[in-house]
Amino acid sequence: MTITKSDVIAIRSEHDIVLARQNVRRVAQDIGFGIVDQTKIVTAASELARNTVVYGQGGEMRWEVVEDGAKRGLRLHFVDQGPGIADLSRAMTDGWTSGKGLGLGLSGSKRLVNEFEIDSAPGRGTRVTITRWK
Amino acid sequence: MDRIPILRMGDFLLVTIQVDMHDRLARTLQDDLTEKIERTGAKGVLIDISALELVDSYIGRMIANTSAMARILDAQTVVVGMRPAVAITLVELGLSLSGVDTALTVERGMQRLRTRLGRTDSADDHHQE
Repeated sequence: MTITKSDVIAIRSEHDIVLARQNVRRVAQDIGFGIVDQTKIVTAASELARNTVVYGQGGEMRWEVVEDGAKRGLRLHFVDQGPGIADLSRAMTDGWTSGKGLGLGLSGSKRLVNEFEIDSAPGRGTRVTITRWK
Repeated sequence: MDRIPILRMGDFLLVTIQVDMHDRLARTLQDDLTEKIERTGAKGVLIDISALELVDSYIGRMIANTSAMARILDAQTVVVGMRPAVAITLVELGLSLSGVDTALTVERGMQRLRTRLGRTDSADDHHQE
């Protein structure tokens, strides 16, 4: 698999959540995603960027246009150095929240993409990687 | 600070969301709307989201909360114009907005509000005391 294009943006404030969505929308349009695919990956990005701000104390989003043979897709990494998540399987459950959210951020965004990976541990921050193929 | 305008038409309030809302703007709209319902005694609220390209769990929750708060304040809310891609995404995300009344267009939304309030005449020439 090859990365043909990528960039990083800081995710520190509520305003950056909007910037993240706009960036993802633009790249998704550039690589020819249909409107439903665009909406799904942008919504997933919005949820994960908000997690980065609210629970991760800020971090960054790296986006990558990826190619695997004839397949083309968009991969997003959300990385923070926040407190991390102790119980990952519980955090992936609908309705589970450590804060004031609805508890749909992780579980919901997983349903909106083709691939979802999460790596987190207390004191080590959190890294979430999602991919949606065209 | 930016705000989303709330228009008054008789005893209906009309909100058209035309920007990609950051979270604080969504919270401000929720507060402004409930305050305006209380101040004007509005009986119906129409929220037009046809320009919105995204409704995530935060905005979805704001819409559901606003509708619930309005109901407690004796006003009916109808959310109109949700784009199909947004509806598909919302349901997959896990939010079905089950307590929220929706209509496809502003016109149908208005009709719905009038029916629910037991009216056949137009909203702006109807005053009750």
